[in-house]
Parts: sequence; structure tokens; C-alpha cells
Amino acid sequence: MKIALFATCIVDAMFPRTAKATVTILERLGHQVLFPATQACCGQMHINSGYFDDALPVVANHVAAFSQGDYDVAVAPSASCVASVKHQQPMIARHCGDADLENRANAVGAKTYELSQLLVDVLGITDAAAQLGSYFPHTVTYHPSCHGMRLLRLGDRQLDLLRSVGGIELRDLSGPDQCCGFGGTFAMKNADVSSAMLEDKVKSIEASGAELCVGGDASCLLHIGGGLSRKDSGTATLHFAEILASTMEAPVSVSGEVELLTGRGRS
Amino acid sequence: MSQISLGMPRIASYGSGNLFATESFPHAAHRDLDNAQLRANLGHATGTIREKRLKVVAELPDWEELREAGSVLKQQVMADLPRLLVQLEENVTQRGGTVHWARDAQEANEIVAGLIRAEGATEVVKVKSMATQEIGLNEYLEEQGIAAYETDLAELIVQLGHDKPSHILVPAIHKNRTEIRDIFLAEMAGVDPELTDDPRQLAMAARAHLRRKFLSTKVAISGANFAIADSGTLAVVESEGNGRMCLTLPETLITVMGIEKLLPTFLDLEVFMALLPRSSTGERMNPYTSLWTGVTEGDGPQNFHLVLLDNGRTAALADEMGRSALHCIRCSACMNVCPVYERTGGHAYGSTYPGPIGAILSPLMTGIEAEENNSLPYASSLCGACFDACPVKINIPEILVHLRGKDVDAEHAKRKLPSQMDVGMAAARVAFSSGRNLALVEKGLPLGKLMAGPDQKIKRLPGMAGGWTQSRDIPAPPKQSFRAWWKKEHVPTPDTSQTPDAAAESGEDG
Ligand code: SF4
Repeated sequence: MKIALFATCIVDAMFPRTAKATVTILERLGHQVLFPATQACCGQMHINSGYFDDALPVVANHVAAFSQGDYDVAVAPSASCVASVKHQQPMIARHCGDADLENRANAVGAKTYELSQLLVDVLGITDAAAQLGSYFPHTVTYHPSCHGMRLLRLGDRQLDLLRSVGGIELRDLSGPDQCCGFGGTFAMKNADVSSAMLEDKVKSIEASGAELCVGGDASCLLHIGGGLSRKDSGTATLHFAEILASTMEAPVSVSGEVELLTGRGRS
Repeated sequence: MSQISLGMPRIASYGSGNLFATESFPHAAHRDLDNAQLRANLGHATGTIREKRLKVVAELPDWEELREAGSVLKQQVMADLPRLLVQLEENVTQRGGTVHWARDAQEANEIVAGLIRAEGATEVVKVKSMATQEIGLNEYLEEQGIAAYETDLAELIVQLGHDKPSHILVPAIHKNRTEIRDIFLAEMAGVDPELTDDPRQLAMAARAHLRRKFLSTKVAISGANFAIADSGTLAVVESEGNGRMCLTLPETLITVMGIEKLLPTFLDLEVFMALLPRSSTGERMNPYTSLWTGVTEGDGPQNFHLVLLDNGRTAALADEMGRSALHCIRCSACMNVCPVYERTGGHAYGSTYPGPIGAILSPLMTGIEAEENNSLPYASSLCGACFDACPVKINIPEILVHLRGKDVDAEHAKRKLPSQMDVGMAAARVAFSSGRNLALVEKGLPLGKLMAGPDQKIKRLPGMAGGWTQSRDIPAPPKQSFRAWWKKEHVPTPDTSQTPDAAAESGEDG
């Protein structure tokens, strides 16, 4: 299968490891990964901040980048960005009165999958250890991000994939469905409330006793990781793609060039 | 009394009364977040009610179908509002009631005060009602020399404490029982000075106090949960039985009701009576549901007045994206699941309507430019818990985003100089609207790495971004972006270099 990777702006710029891991997983399964070079951002930050006019060229760029090229499906390692591609991009086109863009946005949205959706629903992965060789001998706890849970209805896809990784030990997280408080510019506009939400999330992560908090959205992980780092907590954050990409022969290096998402090295 | 032709409005008439945040949400929230008692009470109360709701909702295999039915019924009501309202008026009138139309808070208050005066009364008992809080009826009546006594226990606590409700269903959610005892001791005439904070003792004290009022007061004021257009029947759904007392004992009953509370037929109640108690108190059925139609000779109040209130509802109706906010049945499920509300409580929202529904309803009813109401749509991380919980499927996150858009447009129309946010968004638009531009920005990544210093963390940023670094570090950025790596270093496995995808690989140079 030809799979177009939508890296998402935050992963592209801040967490290239997550995109590399996505490529590794898909290539390991024998698929061809393409990277439409003109891609940038889904437009979510502009849209959720109310800047619809500024969002339009961002949306148009994404739709153009993914309307060309011969690929079967597109994938992004972020539920939030996929939800934006599917739901918000057509809305912005409609809002700005561009019916043609709306149609093309809907067509791109229909072909775009979040990584666990693609792996489970399309590629039939149910056992990461057996089918991907995934091996990760660490204790982790899992935070399901709001948009994956509520906008894409991912259910337990990411968690089930993690459970099937060799050597992994999963710890329960209390209040898993509680938002971490990120919410894009919410974290700045309503910094106090956002911080209070983060504080509780950080507490439940620490209480889980896990070495790492794993999730599927780099933005939430950046937020949670930033809170853990500020507290000098021993716990860090990691995207589930990197765990799936990790094998016995090529373990994910948790103290490499780009460190973990908290910016702290672990050995 | 004033008769106003409602029709479908061309010019939005905005609401007045208690619909305004007088202080911006982040400021008000900052203060309330510091109140440890409030946060503890709220966390406990919302947590308990969340669990209860989930349990009783899970009992119904057709919950999603019920929600869909509730949503569709309300859509029909909004589409057919003028006809249904007239039908309601005809039926109420035919059954001996009188219908009054109020365009805004002021008109509604004047109508109610006039009716009370006509009865020669100086005291009224009240059933908990959002509509009368919205119009500030108690305060208005006080100015007119009329005492209004709240009879719902929590409302009574709030009223005696000279306070404001902080939750639409549990108005005194921010008070614990010791605080309640202190209020009773200070404010309740004839209370036992030995009163303890035992919940039963507190309830008995309130009961004795309220009985005196029920038996002596000639006029009652209520809201309504539903009004049935094809029969003229009104419904009040409650837990304590004080409502039943108010609705049956006095000689005159005045009901103030928002025009969106209509249901087309009696049968439609079935859906809403399954949705409402489960969503609000987490009960299968509430203890008291009172239904009445006009006046019945020799039984209950012999004078019945229905005041139909617009107060910005037609303005909300005129907003195509926002109008579904009028489907709200005030169950409070959205605030009980809201992580923002759970931490700030209701007062931070300023308006009578707090929480996620308040964050959309208040600006829709007043216009986004009224006072500080434009700060309300931002009081959400857009986590979506409210939409999932709402029994009538109001897509609150989508409406929040829609209202943010209206706010940004309104601000741009007003302002000559761009704000810090405008500048940031414009820069991001340029960076994010082409792969080449983003690649240029990403060339600066090693600089950020340098800035992060030896521990590879960014701990303090200026301006708006300082909100982020108030409680969160930012990791040092990587040496190169994914895009740069892909171009320079990616070697496809399996080897697909024989069949490169020209279209996808070419294009703008990353
Ligand atoms: S918006 Fe929905 S959940 Fe919130 S109070 Fe209204 S009906 Fe209940």
C-alpha cells in the first residue's frame, strides 16, 4: 500500500522521532511511505483560536498537498490533527464560502487515518509483538487524548496495541478520561485553569508508578511532559508510535539526540 | 398587559439581566482557583454526580436513540417556534390562564411585579427557576417592596447567605454544611440557637421555616421545565416537593418561562422525562413532577399567569451555528463533567448560566460584544466531555469555536493595532501555509536548542507564551526537523527507489 505521511507541524518541528517511528512501522510492514513535501499544518491552532480567515490558506495548503500524488491512504500520528482534517477543514472552507475546497477537503479527510486506526482497522494489526516485532521492556501508563477518545472514537485501539508489545508493563492511570488541560491557546489564555488541570494529571501519572506516560498526541504529550519536567519528576512522556517501532534489536533510545518529549534524557 | 408580536426576528434583540460576565473569565477563575474549600467541594460533588449519571445512563440500552430523539424534537420546536407559541397561548387561555409576552428582563420583571401588586400581595414564594434568576426578579421585586422567598433548600441557603448560585442544579455546591449552619443561625428568623451541622437538623430547620411561608403566602412564582403546545400543559420537575407546595397551595401562580421550553405534544414528554432526571441528578426518576393546565375550579391556584420570555433567545435562534444552544433542558450534566467548571465553579462565568452551556448561551443571548462575555467561549480546552454528556446532543465545542470566530472578527473590526495574538497568528499563517515556509522556520531549530541551555529545557518565555511556562517547560527542539531528515537521510525500506512517487516527492522543496 502507498501511504502518505502527514507528519503534523508539531511532530515535524519538535518531535521528528515520532514521525520516523511511524515511517519505520509502516515500512516494516512492507508499505511504501510518501511524504508530500508541501504539507505544513492542519490549521487547528488557527481554527480553535477563532482565526478562521488566517486558517483558510493553511487549510488550502494541506488540502492541496494531499489532493495530489498517488497514494492509497494518508496517516498522521495525531488524533487531534486527523479530527481537524476530517471535520474542521471542510467547516472552514464552508465558512469562507469555498465549495470546491470543501469538497476536496472532504475527499482528503475521508482518506486520512490516525495511526492506530490505520494499524488496527486497515492493516489488521492486533499483536504488535508478533506482527511488528515490538519490544519495550519498561513500565508505562497510558493517557488517552480527548480528541482521539471523543472526536475519532478510537476506543482502546492505542491501548490494545501497547498491551501487545513484548516486555511492556502497563500501569493503570486514574481518571484517564480527564483532559490534561492543553487545549492549544487555552494553555496560555487560561493558564491558571490549564495548570490546575495539568497538576491533577501529573499527580495521577506519578501515582501510577510508571516510568513513562504514553499517548498518541504529541501536543498533549508536550504539555504533560512540560509539567513533569517542571516538577523534576522522574517520569517522562513518549508517543506510542515510538514504542511500536522499538524492537529487541533496535530499541528506542530514550536518551538520544532529541531525548524524550520532556526534553530530559533517561538511561 | 403588553402583547408583543414575536415572529421570527430579523433584527436580533439581545438579552439583559444576569447574563453577563462583568470580569473576564481568566481573572475571575484566578480568584476562585485559590479557594481551596470551593475546589474541594466542587471536585467531590461533581465527581459523585458524574459516577451516578454514568451508572443510570448505562442502564438504558436505547440511550443514544433517546438523545437523538431529544435533539430532533428540539430542532423541530425551533423550526416551528412561532406557530407552537401561539398554539400554547391559545390552549393556556382556553383553560383559564393568561399569557403575557416579555421581550426582555425589564419587561418580564414589570409584568410580574404588576401581577403581584394586582393581588395586593407583598410576599411571594418561589420555586427554583433559572428564568427568574436570569431576569434578576428577586432583586427587582425587592426594589418594589415585595419580598420573594426561595423555597428550594439550596436556593434558600444562597438567598439567606446573600450569595449567588454557582451551579444550576446544586446552587449551593460551593458551601459545606458548617457554612450552611452558620448562615441559618445568622439569617433564619426563629431558628434554634443550638442548631448543629447535622444534615437532618439543617433540613428540619429549613422545613419549619418554609412551612410558615407556604401556608401564609398567596402568590407563588415558578419557572417551567416544559410547556406542551397542543394542550397548554406546564411541567415542573423537582426533587424536594417544595415546588409542588408552591404550585398547588397559593391562590395565584405566575410562571416565567423561556420561549424555548416548548414541546409540540404531550407524548414528547416521554423522551424528556427519560433524559432529564438521569442526566441531572443521576436518578432514574425524580421524586416530584407537577403538571398543570390552566386553572381547575376548586383545585390549586385559581389565577394562573404565564409570562413568555424572549430576553435574547431570538438572537440565539438567529445564529445558525449557535441556535442549538436553545435545545438545553438545564440538566447540568455538561458542567458536572467539565474539567474547567470543576476547578473554577460557577461564579467565574458571571452569568446565571455557568459551565459549558453558559459559555455559549450567555454570549449568544447578549451578543459576543457585551461586557466580558467574549471571554467565555475561551473558557474551555475543547476536550468534548460536555458534548458526550449532553442529553440533547448540543455540540458545545463546535459552538465555542464558532463564537471564538465571531469574537476575533468583532475585535478586528474594532481595533486599529493588531494584538499580540493577531501578530502570532499572522506569522503562523505564513509559516503553516506552505511546506517551504515551514522548512525555513525549522532551520532555526538549532538556535532554540542553544537557547534551552545545558539542561535542554526552556523555562521562561515572554508575553502570552509566558502563560505556558508558568507551569510547564518546553523541551529543547531537535537539531533538524523530520522534513529535513526525510530529504537528506531517509532510505526507504523496502527499497522503493525504483518507483519513486514523483508527484509526492517533488513539489516545493522542503
Ligand atoms: S447543554 Fe446539555 S448537558 Fe448542558 S445543561 Fe443543557 S441539556 Fe444539560
